Amino acid sequence: MSIQLNVNHESAVVDAPSDMPLLWVLRDLLHLTGSKYGCGIGACGACTVLVGGQAVRSCMTAVGDVGSAPVITIEGLSPDGRHPLQVAWEAIDVPQCGYCQAGQIMSATALLQKTAHPTDAEIDAAMSGNLCRCGTFTLIREAIHKAAQTGAPTPGK
Amino acid sequence: MQINRRTFLQVGALAGGGFALSLHTSLLAKAEAPTAPPDLKPQAFIHIAADGGVTIMARASESGQGMRNMLPMLIAEELDVDWKDVRVQQADLNEKIYGKQFSGGSANTPMGWEPMRRVGAAGHELLVTAAAGTWGVPAAQCTTRSGTVHHAASGRSMGYGELAAKAAALPAPALSGVKLKDPKEYRIIGHSQRGVDTHSIVTGKPLFGIDTQLPGMLYASIEKAPVFGGKVKSANLDEVKTLPGVRHVFVIEGGITLAAYTPWEPGMEPGIAIVADTWWQAQQAREKLKVDWDLGPAVTQSTDGFATKAAELLKAPPGSTVRKYGDVDAALGASAKTVEATYQFPFIAHVTMEPQGATAHWKEGKLEMWSTSTLPADGVALVAKTLGIQESDITTHMIRSGGSFGRRLQNDYLVEAAWIAKRVDAPVKLLWSREDDVTHDAFRPGATVGLKGGLDAQGKITAWRHHFVTFGDGKQATSGGGMGQDSYPAGFPPAYALYTSMQPLMLRTGALRAPGDNAYCWVAQSFLDELAFAAGRDPLEFQLDLLSNKKMPWNSGEHDAVGDHEPTGASVLIPERFRGVLELVAEKSGWAKRAKEPGRGMGIAAWFCHLGYFAEVADVSVDAQNKVTVHRVWAAGDVGSQIINPNAAESMAHGGIMEGMGHLGQEITLEAGRVQQSNFDEHPLMRMRQAPVIEVYWRKTDYSPTGLGEPTLPPILPAVTNAIFAATGKRIRTLPLQRSGFRWA
Ligand code: FES
Ligand code: FES
Repeated sequence: MSIQLNVNHESAVVDAPSDMPLLWVLRDLLHLTGSKYGCGIGACGACTVLVGGQAVRSCMTAVGDVGSAPVITIEGLSPDGRHPLQVAWEAIDVPQCGYCQAGQIMSATALLQKTAHPTDAEIDAAMSGNLCRCGTFTLIREAIHKAAQTGAPTPGK
Repeated sequence: MQINRRTFLQVGALAGGGFALSLHTSLLAKAEAPTAPPDLKPQAFIHIAADGGVTIMARASESGQGMRNMLPMLIAEELDVDWKDVRVQQADLNEKIYGKQFSGGSANTPMGWEPMRRVGAAGHELLVTAAAGTWGVPAAQCTTRSGTVHHAASGRSMGYGELAAKAAALPAPALSGVKLKDPKEYRIIGHSQRGVDTHSIVTGKPLFGIDTQLPGMLYASIEKAPVFGGKVKSANLDEVKTLPGVRHVFVIEGGITLAAYTPWEPGMEPGIAIVADTWWQAQQAREKLKVDWDLGPAVTQSTDGFATKAAELLKAPPGSTVRKYGDVDAALGASAKTVEATYQFPFIAHVTMEPQGATAHWKEGKLEMWSTSTLPADGVALVAKTLGIQESDITTHMIRSGGSFGRRLQNDYLVEAAWIAKRVDAPVKLLWSREDDVTHDAFRPGATVGLKGGLDAQGKITAWRHHFVTFGDGKQATSGGGMGQDSYPAGFPPAYALYTSMQPLMLRTGALRAPGDNAYCWVAQSFLDELAFAAGRDPLEFQLDLLSNKKMPWNSGEHDAVGDHEPTGASVLIPERFRGVLELVAEKSGWAKRAKEPGRGMGIAAWFCHLGYFAEVADVSVDAQNKVTVHRVWAAGDVGSQIINPNAAESMAHGGIMEGMGHLGQEITLEAGRVQQSNFDEHPLMRMRQAPVIEVYWRKTDYSPTGLGEPTLPPILPAVTNAIFAATGKRIRTLPLQRSGFRWA
């Protein structure tokens, strides 16, 4: 069926069954491959995107349920790659393999929107659904604190 | 990027820098049997455009260990350009030009340190010669800085870009004769340089194997038997072919020969490949598959069966002797005290964050592959053999992967993608589901180990008897399941025996980060802790004392004279370095003054592998429900004279520690031949809230730099379990922790 979406501030029409996970619509139909597949069961967070401002696991979100809620992926987080989280991630050089990092940054975006200056415990609570096989947790924590100092604007703006 | 050959300087690496790779990888399997390093032919590592832009080719595959930085940094340093002016480009697979394009065994640093710097220095020499020729001055009067040649006496300067065409026309100097910088002059090596792909990663650019996108590309998924080597008898193929988006369905006969010994790269696993317009549709179609499997003989395998057999083997006379010196039984008999223990560790899976997969395109008799393999040349050979095509008809692009940890040393997914592509008139991207990835991993094999150690009246070790019960046919251990004759503490106890016994295994196994060492360290360093406790001695002091024993010669050859600055290729433990990291970590962790209180403790352990030395201390608490929290880890490492990219090196140490902690909680079990775990919920990784504070310290020594991918990992396992003992008095001899009554908080 034809489904109208709002992805990264642009409208997109896809021809997909309504139960197709948003992750695969993004990756294989819209060719936005920044969001990653890691588990398909909501256990790793690699596929995290924002839907209506909330961090969701796109592997568990049926595209038919998204409706007109704005979807923001890592590609649409900022127009120029200079979102404070992206800047902090780069400054601290967080990634090893990098595969989990889009999901980490999207979860961190949602965290900073709710809690501008999170404590370590708040970071633990918000980020423990995002696995990093390479073990970059210390650097992720540091980068979130650093981005919080500069302040995180609304994604895409 | 197109390279204009007339305006670019090309410098080739020559033979001579190579040394035996075999010993770094001896634990991998026969696929890595000693091979002479190829004669490197002159080839372009360095491209300098007329406008001065410098492109350096990264020859090794990148899966997160920073190879795209480390090797080009070595070239850039000697070329004498600024790193900010360097663009790094991933080389395609072409070992005739680039030499060994292999990422594993922590080998790229020792393998690349000398040749890559010499490649850079040769480029530097050509540019200086070109400038001197232009000005008619002796080359010795010219200096360089930041991509410019200067002649101080006449005040003239020329940028590398202006000199590139002239330099390219000069004969390349022999690499063995080029002059290398004094390390005191380094401006790139030893200075943290951000990952060359970091910006692309944080902005979500298509970068990974899974992101490969080609016009008209189809997507593939493979349903394999639930039991290793099981074959398709029949299936509802006609029905599945009619499902939405499905283009092709193929039965894969496979090429596995089941036997007591399962070799490295055992062959293609049988199954049913579904090719569809999207991967989601291929997955949906898989759910509709009804397959009648001939499960084959591996259906009889189970974890319980393995345990029963291992217990029998442990009681029986050992199958063979790996290493023996002194009369161990007599020494044990004469000891004032003996300690006996059985250790068990399970099979575990790699679970790289990016599941296995590859993209391939068969067109007009040629195959093009987008590969994440870390041993890509082996992949090409295997593809050619399996498909019955020539290696010369295959082009391989080396794509960044979301982690390898040894998994991508095997090329099963690559062969599958190529096999499917050859049957399809379009590019095909194969992706394994996470469930495929867990259940068809090249598992780290488990083992059972019987240990007996003796102590004299002064509490010194008299003898060490080690019976390693692993898997194999009695002659060859399954991949990743062999134990070398020099595995620590071999050589230090006055009398020592390492025996091995094997039981059959029909399962793909392989190398997981620090293969062998990731478990043998846990066994040896736990048992040393037990012996120290039995002797009433501090475990650090006990181990330092053991290391002061005159070491028996290593069977693999003795090269441990201090001042032996060149990597020998041989893996030889140097006691002074082992002691050095233990002393450093003890100092940094305040080991001597550590608090001893119920429920909280510190554990210490050290290991040598892949030419690197690491000692780690863990500060751990255990609550009333036996839930374990690691608060802080101190790590001290000795990988030689230079930490080439310090931030990346420290991150690698964090990674090894987090992964090792993960191993403590993971297991793969079999029941009726079927792997019981399938995803992260059942084979967990560590999470943010469980990550300790980690402090990393380097002990720089005069030895040639060596790699960091692996040696950081092994000590954390026994450091944590020894700390649990210190906190609770309970010794963990069976992993995962849950099987010993503990779990992560
Ligand atoms: S892929 Fe969605 S949570 Fe893992
Ligand atoms: S950086 Fe590799 S999984 Fe996080």
